[in-house]
Amino acid sequence: MTIIFQPSPDQPAPPTQRGVIKWLRDHFFSSVKNTILTFLGVGIILAIIPPLLDWFVLNATFVGNADECRAAGGACWSFVQAQFRLFMIGSYPQELAWRPIAAGLLLLALFIATARQLMPGKVAVVFWLLLPLPIYWLVGGGFGLESVDTSKWGGLLLTLVLSVVGILVSVPLGILLALGRRSNIKLIKGLCIALIETVRGVPLVTILFMASIMLPLFLPSGMEIGILYRVQIGIILFSSAYIAEVVRGGLQGVESGQSEAAASLGLHPWVTMLFIILPQALTKVLPPLIGRCIALLKDTSLVIVVGLLDFLGISKAASQDPEWLGFDAEAFVFCALIYWILCFGLSRYGNSLEKRGYAAYR
Amino acid sequence: MMTISHSNPQSADSRTGSQAEQPIILLDKVNKWYGDFHVLKNVDLAVRKGERIVICGPSGSGKSTLIRCVNRLEEHQGGTILVDGVELNDNTKNIGHIRREVGMCFQHFNLFPHMTILENLIFAPIWVRKMPRAEAVETAMHYLNRVNIAEQAHKYPGQLSGGQQQRVAIARSLCMAPKIMLFDEPTSALDPEMIKEVLDVMAELAEEGMTMLCVTHEMGFAKSVADRVIFMDGGEIVEQNTPTEFFDNPQVDRTQAFLSQILHN
Repeated sequence: MTIIFQPSPDQPAPPTQRGVIKWLRDHFFSSVKNTILTFLGVGIILAIIPPLLDWFVLNATFVGNADECRAAGGACWSFVQAQFRLFMIGSYPQELAWRPIAAGLLLLALFIATARQLMPGKVAVVFWLLLPLPIYWLVGGGFGLESVDTSKWGGLLLTLVLSVVGILVSVPLGILLALGRRSNIKLIKGLCIALIETVRGVPLVTILFMASIMLPLFLPSGMEIGILYRVQIGIILFSSAYIAEVVRGGLQGVESGQSEAAASLGLHPWVTMLFIILPQALTKVLPPLIGRCIALLKDTSLVIVVGLLDFLGISKAASQDPEWLGFDAEAFVFCALIYWILCFGLSRYGNSLEKRGYAAYR
Repeated sequence: MMTISHSNPQSADSRTGSQAEQPIILLDKVNKWYGDFHVLKNVDLAVRKGERIVICGPSGSGKSTLIRCVNRLEEHQGGTILVDGVELNDNTKNIGHIRREVGMCFQHFNLFPHMTILENLIFAPIWVRKMPRAEAVETAMHYLNRVNIAEQAHKYPGQLSGGQQQRVAIARSLCMAPKIMLFDEPTSALDPEMIKEVLDVMAELAEEGMTMLCVTHEMGFAKSVADRVIFMDGGEIVEQNTPTEFFDNPQVDRTQAFLSQILHN
């Protein structure tokens, strides 16, 4: 005789276990303590939001000069409009502003082409590795373009050049350092460890000072590297040492079975590393890798210590304009907003990459 | 389940040992240590072309280490190993040659998780054998058909069951057209209901005359497929015999004790 298994039908939850009231009670009034906390929280929100709203919007001046701003008492957004060019490009010549914009568009185009897979992966990697060259050429000039002295670069332009080029160079360099650290050749291994540990043992500010003051002392007389390039190199070294350690963690996280399987198929160790191990390792460490890129973006604000006016530095400078004295808060709020948009964008982009990467493992 | 297209006529000869040809694998006084631990002690082993050998023994007896020495995933420290007439030593050319001719399946499959099944199969033929892509794809599909999972070609390993993954791993090795196949506990990580599908593929491979070294505890497989069963313990080959003799009439105490334990389960 066969017995047929017949699951009994599902039944709805009892009324006290569902609906809005249940949700409110669970989340806000589940105990005496939580009820007190709920009222306290509502009180704090009521105390904070209206004044902020007043300053940001209701009493704010969107069009008008400094005197009108002071009379209104709220935020002075017309100040940000008036100083917008300064915020964006510092004292970079206005008539040449199309060049940094072109560099930005180039970056955007390559980004879209890569995301849409308009070209083979290998070609895309080569383009990304070479991208720092046209960026510096477009912004700095030379080779047929009128050159713009690096001391004039400033604002968001400077921040973006330092961080975009920093990320583009320090990620591959960090991977190379991580591979070097695992090398069987003692000399290469030793050099990589020495570089990584030295750089990680020193604050970025120190490296920037070294780049600005010490480096010229070591260079042969007559040879001169602009301060911006020295700072850029310092940032790249600093970031790549940290990225190297992140990547090393990823390499260690790939099971030894992967390289064994590759070896048993007769694959060359380099082919194995490049196409089997590294892709898996990088996928694993994508979150901390994106974290390092965000850190690099924010760390560029330290270049102010060697006299470069990046986005943060220019924000401070803008509020010291005699015509617009006293609007520091607006400058820094605007500055924070742009930084947040950039960092949050990077973070979201990292998330989407992560999802795509993990899709393959499902 | 699977159709056997052809069987190698040579295999019958080699099984009876009538051909006085050179062994395809020859281990002579092979020794290996992990630190102070003597894991392989003076192991001698000659494998004829087409021979199927099952190696069993308690864990830590050195059986995995032994077959991993054959394609130098482990380095031996004493004695000589000849595979397909080539000596295994520090010479990377020799190692490369041997690894091209020796396929291997692992306990945990070790498929490349970031590549599709098809990419897993064509990668080595393209990079190692310099095979044109179209030809590699054709070969890959042929072997996927043989292990009955051609329809999964564009999935990722993580989307397949353990048994399917192991069959893909076997197909991946076969795409390199190896002369010898090593199996390192290929069914130990599988759910019970998936063991048979993998053993069936292995049995078919044996039928076609592939030289096989299998580390496994599947005694049914050993009885029906193996030409010779080797029992290892403490880094030594304790006993080796035909399956019938080995199971019905074990000579050494340690073999008897081991057999009574695993057959009891």
